[in-house]
Amino acid sequence: MQTAAPAVPSAGESTVALAPEPARAPQLIGVPRETFPGEKRVATVPDVVAKLVKLGFAVAVESGAGDASNFADDTYRAAGAEVVPDAAQLWSRADIVFKVRPPAPEEVRMLREGATLIGFVWPAQNPELMQQLAARRATVLAIDSLPRQLSRAQKMDALTSMAGISGYRAVIEAANAFGRFFNGQVTAAGKIPPARVFIAGAGVAGLAAIGTAANLGAIVRANDTRAEVADQVVSLGGEFVKVDYEEEGSGGGGYAKVMSEGFQQAQRAMYAREARDADIIITTALIPGKPAPKLITAEMVRSMKPGSVIVDMAAEQGGNCELTEPGQAVVKHGVTIVGYTDLVSRLAKQSSTLYSTNLLRLAEELCKAKDGRIDVNMDDDAIRGLTVIKEGNITWPPPPPKIPAAAPKAKPSAAPVAAPKGHGHGASEPMSAKSLAIVFGVGALLFLLVGLYAPLTFLSHFTVFVLACFVGYMVIWNVTPSLHTPLMSVTNAISSIIAIGALIQVSPPMTGTAADRPTHIILALAVLALALTAVNMFGGFAVTRRMLAMFRK
Amino acid sequence: MNASLATVSYIGSTILFILSLGGLSNPETARRGNVFGMIGMAIAVLATVLGPRVTPAGLPLIIGALVIGGSVGLLAAKKVQMTQMPELVALMHSLVGLAACLVGFASYIDTTTVFPTLAEKSIHEMEIYIGILIGAVTFSGSIIAFGKLSGKIGGKPLLLPARHWINLIGLLVVLWFGRAFLHAETVQDGMIALVVMTVIALLFGVHMVMAIGGADMPVVVSMLNSYSGWAAAATGFMLSNDLLIVVGALVGSSGAILSYIMCRAMNRNFLSVIAGGFGTGGGAPAARGDAAQPAGEVSPISAAETAELLRESRSVIIVPGYGMAVAQAQHTVFEITKLLREKGVNVRFGIHPVAGRMPGHMNVLLAEAKVPYDIVLEMDEINEDFPDTDVAMVIGANDIVNPAAQEDPASPIAGMPVLEVWKAKTSIVMKRSMASGYAGVDNPLFYKDNNRMLFGDAKKMLDEVLAALKA
Repeated sequence: MQTAAPAVPSAGESTVALAPEPARAPQLIGVPRETFPGEKRVATVPDVVAKLVKLGFAVAVESGAGDASNFADDTYRAAGAEVVPDAAQLWSRADIVFKVRPPAPEEVRMLREGATLIGFVWPAQNPELMQQLAARRATVLAIDSLPRQLSRAQKMDALTSMAGISGYRAVIEAANAFGRFFNGQVTAAGKIPPARVFIAGAGVAGLAAIGTAANLGAIVRANDTRAEVADQVVSLGGEFVKVDYEEEGSGGGGYAKVMSEGFQQAQRAMYAREARDADIIITTALIPGKPAPKLITAEMVRSMKPGSVIVDMAAEQGGNCELTEPGQAVVKHGVTIVGYTDLVSRLAKQSSTLYSTNLLRLAEELCKAKDGRIDVNMDDDAIRGLTVIKEGNITWPPPPPKIPAAAPKAKPSAAPVAAPKGHGHGASEPMSAKSLAIVFGVGALLFLLVGLYAPLTFLSHFTVFVLACFVGYMVIWNVTPSLHTPLMSVTNAISSIIAIGALIQVSPPMTGTAADRPTHIILALAVLALALTAVNMFGGFAVTRRMLAMFRK
Repeated sequence: MNASLATVSYIGSTILFILSLGGLSNPETARRGNVFGMIGMAIAVLATVLGPRVTPAGLPLIIGALVIGGSVGLLAAKKVQMTQMPELVALMHSLVGLAACLVGFASYIDTTTVFPTLAEKSIHEMEIYIGILIGAVTFSGSIIAFGKLSGKIGGKPLLLPARHWINLIGLLVVLWFGRAFLHAETVQDGMIALVVMTVIALLFGVHMVMAIGGADMPVVVSMLNSYSGWAAAATGFMLSNDLLIVVGALVGSSGAILSYIMCRAMNRNFLSVIAGGFGTGGGAPAARGDAAQPAGEVSPISAAETAELLRESRSVIIVPGYGMAVAQAQHTVFEITKLLREKGVNVRFGIHPVAGRMPGHMNVLLAEAKVPYDIVLEMDEINEDFPDTDVAMVIGANDIVNPAAQEDPASPIAGMPVLEVWKAKTSIVMKRSMASGYAGVDNPLFYKDNNRMLFGDAKKMLDEVLAALKA
């Protein structure tokens, strides 16, 4: 499964070669026509040609290179490119070749000695091609080998931009094959339920598919072994379906890893459940360097409603569905299974534009002096990762990048939620031994003084007082901060308990020797105090009640 | 009712009071807690009135006083607006303080209480002295706090020269007269000392609160809350009444804990708050001159654009401050919240502990406006969510969202925990002008690239936003 490279702060731009060199002729960038059957993209579009020319390069385009993606030769000319009639001439003249697909053997033979090739190469899958290119003493930058963890590299990340397009296109293909609306409607002719779309794998392609399907109005559910993408799924309008099993599936570098047997079992059960309910399934699960995992079994396909659609975006790597036939759309058990491997080419204009912009960004990195000459700086993390052959020497695979691969995640979301913080106030962090000793010392001294001088009757009250303080301390820390205002008003009301003091002064039972008691003054003071506390008593409770009535879910 | 029965009733009401405070741990149980408090109070009053210490002769007066005071209280509780809660609470504290003074005086001139030993008499008098002292400080301090909160007295701290010395001299005088009071032969002699002390205590209360700035009010209000509790506890000692002692201790520790929480939320020392005068200490103004001074353009935004931004976002966090309370904008805020939530926008509220003028002030206002409390979150709960938020809306708050607290060690508010609104994709600050907050610190947030300023009265601007959202 693929995803956007996680944002990791870049390691800082490396220094540009500063040595002043004698002015040299600008290098020629050649853009040949793609020869792979069904490939409609072109590596450079006219808009980008103009920008490359600004960087100082000369650009030559093979006649007809942009035809399949609706860019005519004339528009290339207008942008400042030279249009070359045949491939052989272009390949032999170009210092730098911009390609989409890996070059065919005959193209490699046409490549000039010592030239630079930039495009998809897939060095792991194409060892023979690598040997041939090395034999031509070429320098090869494989856009698929970009270290995606570098945030600086994201602008060059063609895998991401292509994956986004194929995710979009997958939904469009599904909609094409699906016999119903995506969105639910209530029409005069009856109620239409929305389509249910299930997306396996929430990488870049999966996320693009989620967003597209959700925008069309479908109910979208998605799953990924990496729990941290759940938020991204939700943010695009999808619903994240968890596998009922605890295991973290992040394999570093933004890819998923192979999961344990127990997990896979739970996952299969979940897929079976989702397959029964879904109208459309889009699978995007890839594991780098391995055949695509078989997530959708023939059994699950049979359980789907007739007319349902499966779009298998992993068809090229063998497919996520057992019944997928790569490159074709077939109907099996009443379910249309779309296994197109050229989803990106089906949106050729869009994908050419994005891809050539990625290449332009790379050209900018390679040509910081803007003098029309590239400098393959192997000290630059991003360039080092891209460069699979340098002047005939195979430099792939690169040493692991110095940055921490996908910054060791401090346990995903679940953990912090599970630990209730008890409001996170005081008492949580224990006091240092020193201050504890001081507090105890002062306390002991105070108690000593009280014990030495206070009469026994006072001590019984003092006991009550100290214990009450502790009870108050314990109780109040549990009060939720949102209720601090009601807390104040209720404690206010309660503190009008002072009324008791006034009450017993109003008319105490007289015990003989009360001759010189200033009864009237005491009475006046007590009644006044009583009235004041009554304001508090009734007002405090009433206003607390009023406030608390307002707190609702 | 005999003495034992009265005592048992007191124990019962003590338990009810504790349950009442315990109930406040969540809004569901809080309502029941309040009822417990009322029952506890009713039991305590009835047990006293029917108990051996009150003769039937006093009943008409007692009932009269309760009816008059009670109706005043109920009326106030009904009439008060939620934005005025801090004032009301401050005013009520002053009543407790005054009542404690009155009971103290009455208790002193009452000659019928006889003490078997001299030590017990001294203790009793000391309790009277301390009780009146705390009561008087609470009374005058709360009156000033009320004046400041209601705007009758300016919010600026009043800083007399050598104010710490004045306080110290006051304390010494109080101690000296305390000695004279304890050694007084007759009630008349003692009365002089008592009155002098009361006057000094009153002045001290005034002076103390006058020196504290508007932004520190949450601390002052909770501190006075605490004092009113200690005054009740002191009265309890004076009258040998355990119920008063327990309740006073509960209230006292409650207020003390609240003060501590408030101080910590501002990253300030309790003593420095009480000593007053924020941002006036040496060094702070000088430090503000250099690189820390934020410069640059602020980007204004209109109400219509704000509405557009809100409509297109998926996640919004609203950070209210005192400005929302002043403008009475909480109802409009709720209307906007409701509208956005219906559109599927995840709207939540982030509350700083010292937002507003008393602890929990914002929560009460939002609750009044019917905002469900489960979307009103504390600072610690919501701070890490800002990076995933599309729009953070700051309504009439300033210091509590100031990034200088984290970024500029020389800032007077450095180290104060703040809501990290600048980490949202866009932050919108609603403010009347570019004036700085109570701390007098310029706010670099306003100059950040992703910040927009919506100038104008909060209520008026929010009404416009609401209208634009509905359109």
